[in-house]
Amino acid sequence: MAEFRLPKNSRPTEGKHYPAPEGATNVRRFVVYRYDPDAEQPPRMDTYDIDADNCGPMVLDALIKIKNEIDPSLTFRRSCREGICGSCAMNIGGGNTLACIKSAEDIGDTVAIYPLPHMPVIKDLVPDLTNFYAQYASIKPWLQSKTPPPPTTERLQTKEEQERIDEPSACILCACCSTSCPSYWWNSDRYLGPAALMAAYRWLVDSRDDATGERLDELEDPFKLYRCHTIMNCTQTCPKGLNPAKAIAETKKLMAKRRH
Amino acid sequence: MSMKSPLGKVLGLGSAKEGTEHWWTQRVTAVAMVPLMLWFVISTLTMPSYDFAAVSAWIATPLNAVLLLLTSGTLLYHSALGTQVVIEDYVKGFAKVVTLILARFAYFALGAAAAFAILRVSLGS
Repeated sequence: MAEFRLPKNSRPTEGKHYPAPEGATNVRRFVVYRYDPDAEQPPRMDTYDIDADNCGPMVLDALIKIKNEIDPSLTFRRSCREGICGSCAMNIGGGNTLACIKSAEDIGDTVAIYPLPHMPVIKDLVPDLTNFYAQYASIKPWLQSKTPPPPTTERLQTKEEQERIDEPSACILCACCSTSCPSYWWNSDRYLGPAALMAAYRWLVDSRDDATGERLDELEDPFKLYRCHTIMNCTQTCPKGLNPAKAIAETKKLMAKRRH
Repeated sequence: MSMKSPLGKVLGLGSAKEGTEHWWTQRVTAVAMVPLMLWFVISTLTMPSYDFAAVSAWIATPLNAVLLLLTSGTLLYHSALGTQVVIEDYVKGFAKVVTLILARFAYFALGAAAAFAILRVSLGS
């Protein structure tokens, strides 16, 4: 059966409380999931009260402040701090998003932060994305053309042909969508998930790609593609405002189209 | 534990090259049920009497009997496809295969019983 609850030793317990510095008037509380693989302890929820007047506006600013000033053992991924690298994807205030572009004020006085749901946790807010990246690699995310390139120019597209791939190629592979999808939670060993499927769609509709049929062949599977039941958590949560659910629906329409 | 590469695990046994028929049929049966269920609900609500003789006579009409057969067949087919999806979502391994087969048996039994009942009333026992 699918797992509906965490195993007993994976359920978070109450952790430490770090009070706000004296004299802080605008206190915001961050409740953060902590897991140390070396400690042989269940994960715990640590509470950090932060002086919001002395901290940047984004959730990532608060995490960096905690790491710099309160608890250097707090572990999380981050890089670009402007929503383009996808490293700081985590579950903030109940939804998957990027810590660097999520305003703490929008969440409220208490901000709960967990790693991306239903993924193996390496440490604290760092999930193991090995399977997610392998799924991306499995859809062959590169141009497969059977046409020799034109001798003097690039492979040209019309403006409309470029616009078809604009949205799906704006995906930054942060994994917010796939890890918000219940179908992906229950069957991520076989279901490719919204991120990989939108990446596949990006090549299906690329006018320069000649492997559309082979790509559809590879996707035509009850688990790889058809575990999508149009739940639309992916589209709801995408921090880049993209629409993976539509890309999957269009892929299913292509499957139907080639039979009729 | 396995030393197989992550990509090898994802590629697994490859694509089953099916699922489109299932997906398409689920949608076609859903569309077919719009007029069938409208007919069924309206005609059962507007029946002049619900006593045994009146309902038997209603079922015995050739048009009603044929539409009842179509409605129950479409409904059960659509429901069987949906149940299959739920089982595939939540049940794993050998138990999944067993549950899928048992569910399919149950739907065929329900279909046979429904058809037999409608035909028996409409054709006489």
